[in-house]
Amino acid sequence: MQKTLNIDRRNFLKYSGLTGTALILGFSSSEAIPNREVLNLSRIAESFELTPFVIIEKSGQITIMNSKPEMGQGTFQSIPSLIAEELEVPLNKVIIKQTSGEKQFGAQTAGGSSSVRGSYANLRKTGASAREMLIKAASQQWSVPVEECYAEDVKVFHKPSGRSFSYGELVETASRLEVPKNPALKDPKDFKILGKPVQRPDIPLKVSGEAVFGMDAEVQGMVYASVERCPVFGGKIRKIDDSLTLKVKGVKQVVKAQRTLGKNTYEVVAVIAENYWAALKGRKALKVEWDYQGFDQFNTLDYEKNLRELAKTEGLVDHNAGDFEGTFAQAPLKLEAFYETPILSHSPMEPMNCLAQWKEGDQVEIWVSSQGPDSVKRSVAEAFGIPQENVKVNIFFNGGGFGRRLYQDFATEATSIAKAVGVGKPVKVIWTREDDTQQGPFRPMTFSALKAGLSSDGKAIAFQHKVIAPSIGATMNKSYDRTKSDGTMTEGISEQQYEIPNVKNLFVLSETHIPMAAWRAVTSTTLAFSHECFLDEMAVKAGKNSFDFRMELLNKESDTKRVLTKLREVSGWDKPLPKGWGRGIAQWEFFAGLAGQVVEVSKRKDGSIKIEKVYAVIDLGTVVNPDNTKAQVEGAITMAIGAATKDGITFEKGMVQQSNFHDNRMVRISEMPKVEVHILAEGGTKIKGVGEPGLPPLAPALANAIFNATGVRIRRLPFDLDKIV
Amino acid sequence: MAKYSLSINGKKFSIEAEPDTPLLWVIRDYVGLKGTKFGCGMALCGACTVHLDGEPIRSCSTPVSTLKAANRITTIEGISANTDHAIQKAWIEAQVPQCGYCQSGQIMSAVALLKSNPNPNDEDIDAAMSGNICRCGTYPRIRKAIHRAADLIKESGNTTGK
Ligand code: FES
Ligand code: FES
Repeated sequence: MQKTLNIDRRNFLKYSGLTGTALILGFSSSEAIPNREVLNLSRIAESFELTPFVIIEKSGQITIMNSKPEMGQGTFQSIPSLIAEELEVPLNKVIIKQTSGEKQFGAQTAGGSSSVRGSYANLRKTGASAREMLIKAASQQWSVPVEECYAEDVKVFHKPSGRSFSYGELVETASRLEVPKNPALKDPKDFKILGKPVQRPDIPLKVSGEAVFGMDAEVQGMVYASVERCPVFGGKIRKIDDSLTLKVKGVKQVVKAQRTLGKNTYEVVAVIAENYWAALKGRKALKVEWDYQGFDQFNTLDYEKNLRELAKTEGLVDHNAGDFEGTFAQAPLKLEAFYETPILSHSPMEPMNCLAQWKEGDQVEIWVSSQGPDSVKRSVAEAFGIPQENVKVNIFFNGGGFGRRLYQDFATEATSIAKAVGVGKPVKVIWTREDDTQQGPFRPMTFSALKAGLSSDGKAIAFQHKVIAPSIGATMNKSYDRTKSDGTMTEGISEQQYEIPNVKNLFVLSETHIPMAAWRAVTSTTLAFSHECFLDEMAVKAGKNSFDFRMELLNKESDTKRVLTKLREVSGWDKPLPKGWGRGIAQWEFFAGLAGQVVEVSKRKDGSIKIEKVYAVIDLGTVVNPDNTKAQVEGAITMAIGAATKDGITFEKGMVQQSNFHDNRMVRISEMPKVEVHILAEGGTKIKGVGEPGLPPLAPALANAIFNATGVRIRRLPFDLDKIV
Repeated sequence: MAKYSLSINGKKFSIEAEPDTPLLWVIRDYVGLKGTKFGCGMALCGACTVHLDGEPIRSCSTPVSTLKAANRITTIEGISANTDHAIQKAWIEAQVPQCGYCQSGQIMSAVALLKSNPNPNDEDIDAAMSGNICRCGTYPRIRKAIHRAADLIKESGNTTGK
């Protein structure tokens, strides 16, 4: 995936030097049944029927397509592994190529911890079909029974005689065979790649500096752009004074353009220059007068007040079981609490950037780091009213995504600028860190009003979680249903396994013009905090140990119960802690998966809190790469510590107050506790995700640990570990 | 515009740039070495870390005009010929990178640390590496890999790490 990463159908064939026959297997995304075509070069170039996930050439070269962009989560290894395992080829003998949004590859967006889950069955089947065809081809060439042949390490062997054919030698024959409809999948006990801590093929490139990110993409004749966007969302250009800008050496021109982000379109002014530094200097000299359209009235303090007011309204029902009101009214023990969380930026280490070229005949080419090549195509095509086929996308390694690169505004904006600059001129737009921090879209804040009723023996009998929040959907999509509870904004609150007989969960929408976006683990990052801290408050009210209280609500067998049981064991929950220490527990199940954590903290002499250790258990059902899974959980925990204890995004006069890493701080290595990750890979009910589930339990487990150590109950994020007591 | 002659990874480059152009953009866009990354532009994240005469510096905040022809600049591409510096080997062994974007900077800081302190403990590592943000959260593995690299260097007896 170095210089060769970006491929379109034609280049791709040229690149792989495909001549004559090759065995090409894939499936059509609609049917998910392996199909095959034996084609010569020109046919393939024409064909849009085929989804060539694996290509075996006569030369023996094997190419496997990775349809899910690599952003650090490991799809560059995990997705090809699904095919390679069944095909009996080690990953180091395979060329891995990133797809570029071609229709036939279907959904190519990496998000929602869904990449492996969504591909698992189909890709294994594809690999298994190819293996069976190669084995059958060998048996025919030798005229021996199929049962006497087996595949291993890119060869088919004849067991009795020990003879072998390389895959390349079998391509011709294999390509004439029927594709098996139901190929036999390997028994997991025979796996050589899946479930093993296999080294990731992208890592050596990331250690040598050779890995190519969108930021590094270059084409002949390109110019650079730095873009002035209104500091107040929704503001319009009143006047541009570029007289000083145009005097800056290297600046070529200043153009007006548009950034399309979901349903929103923002006016922008781009400074075009020979080099990036000149573009930046030109932008500093630029004077744009904005008409804020009244949006400069917006500020966080008022918006928070508004959320607290809205909490008094009934809201929309998210989930209703039993009789919450009646039971709560009669409950011998009652408690209520209000939790608050902030807006956050995604801040991947690679700031947004995009290289775009508007060509003759309304053709567009884009070079970009994005979580979804298909969504880049769609977004650009929609923004400019051109067919998707006109948009060619080249995807590179993402220098972090975390949900930010699910939104293709950087591509629509760069395309608009390239169009304004003129046909044929490639323009590279690089966002500053300040742009990245201030221009959104953001993780929404959520406020939560919680109520619980307990029986006299301290069992939860009534529970309510009311979420008051802006909505990703409402700020992004033209069609948004305001008559129903918003499942994304109430994510997980009605999915927990706790057996509480009377539950009524509610949602209250708070409108805003600030664009909101999915952020790694989405709304679970805030709702797990309020939900699982409140569970702890209930345990305290009931006079019970946080762990026992939860287990009393988990009588039926469930994945949650297994996770908590494992967590108790690995964290040494029942062992006493040193003086001044505390521990807290939390778990969270949501669309992406399930994990639980125990956090241990200590109180320093000066009263500040140190996070000593995090024990994590993630439930997967099946594991593709245990080492990478651990890395993902370690990373999720780091990000969650930042989200809980660093800075939120706040607004004043309509403008974001934070700008760079000094006031929008990230976790540093010195703040990183020891982390121990355990994987539950067996006995689960379904395949679960890896990238996100490690995030939600951290904030509540940490806050619960701080309560345990200090008696201080934290109900608002972020909190400062130095100023708890 | 002014002319500058720079020594990067042992090679001489002569470039023409505005004096206030940060070394980062000179390395990336004039010289064409893309391994050094832009993360913040304000000496806050360490993604742009390179060595100036063996010492780690933030190239985003180092104007090209402050450099002399005699200065030795080393970037990630100059650390080893075959990705076989002890730090790089340990990085692969511990599978440190996730997205990888911060890793050139991390590695440059780690190489400099081991040069000045061949036997760092966790506190030394935290102190030397705190200027490098990793948003993906690879910190536990960075610590582990630095310890491992220190051992590799001791075993090989070659203190340059190569
Ligand atoms: S880019 Fe130089 S320190 Fe961040
Ligand atoms: S590996 Fe992604 S920022 Fe460090």
